[in-house]
Amino acid sequence: MRPLTEEETQAVFKKLAEYTGASLKNIIAPQEDGDRNVFRLSQNRVYVVRLSMANLATSIARDNLLSLGTCLGKFTKSGKFRIHITALPILAEHARHKLWIRPNGVMPFLYGGNIVKAHVGRFSEDCPEHQGLVVYTMDDVPLGFGVSARSTAESRRLDPTGVVCFRQADCGEYLRDEDTLFQSG
Amino acid sequence: MGQGRRMKRKQGMPEALSEEHFANLKRKAGLPVEPPVEKASLSNKKRKTAKGAAAAKKPEPAPKKSSAKKSNGKAKKLPEPEKDSEDEEMGDEFDLDQLEDDASSDEDASLGEKKKNIWSDEEKDSDDAEEDDSVFDSDDQEDGGKKGKFVFSDDEDESDAEEKLTAANIAGLSRKLDKKLAEDKAITETEMQESAMQTNIDGPKIFGDEDDEDDELADKSKSLLAPDLQLLRQRITDTIRVLDDFANLAEDGRSRAEYTAQLLKDICAYYGYSPYLAEKLFNLFTPREAFAFFEANEMPRPVVIRTNTLRTHRRDLAQALINRGVTLEPVGKWSKVGLQIFEANVPLGATPEYLAGHYIIQAAASFLPVMALSPQPNERVLDMASAPGGKTTYCSAMMNNTGIVFANDPNKERAKGLIGNVARLGVRNVIVCSYDGREFPRVMGGFDRFIRVLLDAPCSGTGVISKDPSVKTNKDEKDFISLPHMQKQLLLSAIDSVNHASETGGFLVYSTCSVTVEENESVVAYALSRRPNVKLVDAGIPFGKEGFTSYMGKKFHPSLKLTRRFYPHAHNIDGFYVAKFQKIGPTAPNAIGAAGKKNGNAAASGDEEVIDKTPITTDEDTEVEDKSTKKKSKGTGNTGTEKSDFSAFDEDEDVKYMEKAKKNAMRRRGLDPKSLKKPKSQEKK
Repeated sequence: MRPLTEEETQAVFKKLAEYTGASLKNIIAPQEDGDRNVFRLSQNRVYVVRLSMANLATSIARDNLLSLGTCLGKFTKSGKFRIHITALPILAEHARHKLWIRPNGVMPFLYGGNIVKAHVGRFSEDCPEHQGLVVYTMDDVPLGFGVSARSTAESRRLDPTGVVCFRQADCGEYLRDEDTLFQSG
Repeated sequence: MGQGRRMKRKQGMPEALSEEHFANLKRKAGLPVEPPVEKASLSNKKRKTAKGAAAAKKPEPAPKKSSAKKSNGKAKKLPEPEKDSEDEEMGDEFDLDQLEDDASSDEDASLGEKKKNIWSDEEKDSDDAEEDDSVFDSDDQEDGGKKGKFVFSDDEDESDAEEKLTAANIAGLSRKLDKKLAEDKAITETEMQESAMQTNIDGPKIFGDEDDEDDELADKSKSLLAPDLQLLRQRITDTIRVLDDFANLAEDGRSRAEYTAQLLKDICAYYGYSPYLAEKLFNLFTPREAFAFFEANEMPRPVVIRTNTLRTHRRDLAQALINRGVTLEPVGKWSKVGLQIFEANVPLGATPEYLAGHYIIQAAASFLPVMALSPQPNERVLDMASAPGGKTTYCSAMMNNTGIVFANDPNKERAKGLIGNVARLGVRNVIVCSYDGREFPRVMGGFDRFIRVLLDAPCSGTGVISKDPSVKTNKDEKDFISLPHMQKQLLLSAIDSVNHASETGGFLVYSTCSVTVEENESVVAYALSRRPNVKLVDAGIPFGKEGFTSYMGKKFHPSLKLTRRFYPHAHNIDGFYVAKFQKIGPTAPNAIGAAGKKNGNAAASGDEEVIDKTPITTDEDTEVEDKSTKKKSKGTGNTGTEKSDFSAFDEDEDVKYMEKAKKNAMRRRGLDPKSLKKPKSQEKK
């Protein structure tokens, strides 16, 4: 386990900023109890974790440390950062653009489908094209995230079967991708 | 709607929440709390009296004998009213239409309906029920309720469940009722016989004319011929009856041991246990209770989910699930987060709520150790064997995502599921690691690193036979030596990991999903003897039976009363054992199995309790002797070759090994097959 290098930090922050916008700094801002979140890399996976926890976790050997705090995603072999569904709690907390889907659109989304216009309940105003979105149900339960296929204005003119949001990650992955999602040492 | 899960498998019912509770909830939600309409209250009362009667007759099965004659005469008339009383109950508590009505509570409100609360729809339902059964004389019903059912401790659960049935397949139910009535009738008849025999004292024929016949019967039952199974069951109940009242009912010249042996044989044949395990389990209970235990192991326990309080509230979750067509109820007064599922039209492991981490499917029994541990915010907690994460995430939820939970599981494959659950439930204060639990105090750099430690030790699983029936046959003597051995080691390292000096903590909870004494009381007693710096404290769980303080001639410390046992037949949760320790002082650095020493020490110390030890002297020569005798005692069979091995020994090499052996004197003391192999293989080299 080690802190991220400059390069890695840039890659991670760039990805996060797609979803959180300016409130990215809230993730790393010091908390009221004097603690703060730090980023740690362990076996190619990036974790957000409180500093006090990260310090304690140093006593666990690399091979035995399987997970700590919240996993954001992992670095691919080619050095790109892939964000995982496990980052959802963090993204949902700080999301800039949001999309709410109707009850009849929930299952298609959880099965890994893109979001069509007919399923959209609400949509943040002023969302540009290809912008990271966090997807919620109508009762504000975060379900996943994706990228807007059209800007808000354009999507208004779309026919009901037109795709509004490309799925990137959804909660269904906890079932579908359990084998690959988590580190197994 | 299909046949209810509970109905089909005869599950018992958890305690219902009191109405006051819901009234409170209503008040909280700012809803009007109106007293039930008079008519409703009337019928409610009636229902309650019926239930009350049922409850009243439970504790004392004695009166049934006296009423046996009367009821036998009536038995043929019984089915009708009986059935209807059940129907009433059904309509009563969970009518799906009602649920839907309540789900769309706005309508209800506008229609002047009283209830928004989904669980408090009893008043209205019972109105309907009243109409349904208005044809029948209520006296008649009560008669049916009272006399039609004979309550034995063993079928208590079933009848209980039926009384409060919530699901609604009438055809299935009546079929089942008929069956049960027939059973009851049979029981009544035997009861009749018994009472008739009071004058002519003659116990039921348990033993055939010759012993051959018994074997024949057993053989036949193995080939699974239905009538023989029935016969076998009949004989089991008969034997139990005799054992209950041995003085009067036993055949002359037959000893209790003979009856017990016969009963065990029958149980093995009927339920498919290995004789060893059957005897072990049988010895934990009275014959009648043991029978109930074996019966309960044949039925699945209710499905229970735990609300993830980090994400939602139980009320909201219940509402959401009800809207998806799940029938549920709070699991009991003892838990604020558990929901018992009766029936689900959707897969519970794939609802959007599940995927969004609002709940986890978790057996009711595994709430208990965490409740006993009761971790507080900002503490540092260790869960030593944590997969699949139900208890870990419960800890985190109780700590409200503050502090730190170390979730350890030696098996990395299982840890994957653990990580999945941790991530899904939005738990952020968990560090997942994969160590052997016995390494633990050293992992964190020595003693006293955790404020609370939870050790849900790996065990034989004799408490969860209903979940995993393979336990019936695949556990033998070896398992009951090696598992307690490991558990003792784990418990010692768990104790050493606890920080006694912390103000709020210093607690350790040891739990297993096993009911045997070897894995529970013995282990705890061992820990108490090896670590005088811990004491047992009350686990703070409102139900459960006290741990044994003496078992088959073994005496344990009286404080073992504070530990808790849970049984499937008594509590309708998995068989479970929970002990809570408090650490009151530091572990002496030279204590057996202490972390400063090598791990092998712990292994050796664990052995001592299990098997008789041969005294070890420090003298080198006798030590060699000692070793060879040990091998003999292990029964390798070829002692002759061993001796020749010894004589052929290279002296220098021998000295070397003896030196090593002396250094590890503690290790060699153990008689565990595993630890025996090592020195042997070394010698053979």
